[in-house]
Amino acid sequence: MRNPLNEKITTIKPSGIRKFFDIVSEMEDAISLGVGEPDFDTPWHIRDEGIYTLEKGRTFYTSNAGLKELRIEIAKYLDRRFHLQYDPLNEILITVGGSEGIDNAFRAMIDPGDEVLIPQPSYVSYGPCCVLAGGVPVIIELQEKDQFRLTPEALEAAITPKTKILVLPFPNNPTGAVMEKSDLEAIAEVVIKHDLFVLSDEIYAELCYLEEHTSIASLPGMRERTIVINGFSKSHAMTGWRLGYACGPKVIMDQILKIHQFAIMCAPTNSQYAAVEAMRNGDEDVAMMREQYNQRRRFLVHEFERMGLQCFEPFGAFYIFPSIKEFGMSSDEFATRLLQEEKVAVVPGTAFGDCGEGFLRISYAYSLDNLKVALGRLEKFITRLRAEAKQA
Amino acid sequence: MREKILTFIEKNSRVDLRDLAVLLGVDEQMVVNELEAMEAEHVICGYHTLIDWDKTDVEKVTAMIEVRVTPQRDMGFDKVAERIYNYPEVNSVYLISGGFDLMVTLEGKTLRDISTFVTDKLSTLDSVLSTKTNFILKKYKDHGTVMAEAPKDERMLMTP
Repeated sequence: MRNPLNEKITTIKPSGIRKFFDIVSEMEDAISLGVGEPDFDTPWHIRDEGIYTLEKGRTFYTSNAGLKELRIEIAKYLDRRFHLQYDPLNEILITVGGSEGIDNAFRAMIDPGDEVLIPQPSYVSYGPCCVLAGGVPVIIELQEKDQFRLTPEALEAAITPKTKILVLPFPNNPTGAVMEKSDLEAIAEVVIKHDLFVLSDEIYAELCYLEEHTSIASLPGMRERTIVINGFSKSHAMTGWRLGYACGPKVIMDQILKIHQFAIMCAPTNSQYAAVEAMRNGDEDVAMMREQYNQRRRFLVHEFERMGLQCFEPFGAFYIFPSIKEFGMSSDEFATRLLQEEKVAVVPGTAFGDCGEGFLRISYAYSLDNLKVALGRLEKFITRLRAEAKQA
Repeated sequence: MREKILTFIEKNSRVDLRDLAVLLGVDEQMVVNELEAMEAEHVICGYHTLIDWDKTDVEKVTAMIEVRVTPQRDMGFDKVAERIYNYPEVNSVYLISGGFDLMVTLEGKTLRDISTFVTDKLSTLDSVLSTKTNFILKKYKDHGTVMAEAPKDERMLMTP
């Protein structure tokens, strides 16, 4: 029999999280800090709208680009929150989560051999989607000393004549790093100089604790060369609804729409109606959740400081990324032992790129009580490791 | 800052003040000072515990009584409200807009306790015109808190 498989997909490694997932699923009283989604339920008025549209029998397809009503609301939202102006008719596409937007944008923009700059540690799908689209991922390793921000120097050093797209994953999963306006201005200068495009994944835009999120697309000269990816999953606690959107200049969006049209048809209708409600009346919910995450963030930073665990202060998303280099073991080993000995599951930094070695991703999308118990166990573990090291 | 402190302790007044200072990103002494000031100003009027008595062996009956009254010259409703809220078995008294004037909630051990209070004490007050007693059959949510047990966390244990 012939090989039934595509060569590219078989070379892509499965996610590094799988192994831990299998162990933790079997454990009775394990506490997981490994979840990458909000612990809040979708606000009730949004769920209620979803239920209502089902009752009304709105179970048909929408237009390929998504409900016009929703695109108009998103355009208003982006303007009011991030000073971004997009034409709802031609420049906003409703996608199945932010992930679909990333995939489609790559497929619409990459020719074989084009290089795509991917700062890491970062979300797991950029590399594989780029490869599947025929591109060549080029990793930029972000540094803890830069608070895991992308510097213009690191960007400049990675650019070759084949470079076409820069992925900008901020606020960042897994580090919690943010890019402030001044950081972005320096990046925009390099991007324009080398005539690059930017895929700006802003799915955590609402979860910024330092200053309001700035979108690179709002900087002069950047709108025409940026695709903004956003969605409802993190901001409105709507992960399971699978709803996101991509925005960009019409010339690119027209092609992205074609891919979406043939691959997906349209995003779930029910979710789209619920999202209209989220856009119209959801700002207060978002603010409430942001405040709660921020409280937990302060708590974790304080606790790690007290334990003497080295950690830069994250100002975005709902992750904290402490260093475990003092213990002289790999992230994988540390996470495995922590899970086996203290039954706390965290994600090793290496799941988000090789340069995540020496770090752990700890999610604070958990109640404070939950976090306290988990941190108590973590502290016990590292106290034991330090005692072992002293004896040896 | 006051609003943030109040919003937090309204849901959890047992929080350790050191923790609260960390959560709000402020100095502990400042939290202590604000709390003391708000207690003195009676912004904070008490620290109560939300109890689901149905889960205990203690028998309790709660009634919400709609009361129509004649307001008194110069005092409005305050005087009659005071005469009602001074009874220790009265839990709360609100002045209400609409079809009646005062909403009185009352706790007793038995139905008889409640009916005795209404017939002997409440209805006999000069300014009370009429009463309508509603017994609470089940409390679903109180003080913004759902009384049922919180649902289990059903999220996948690890996701990227």
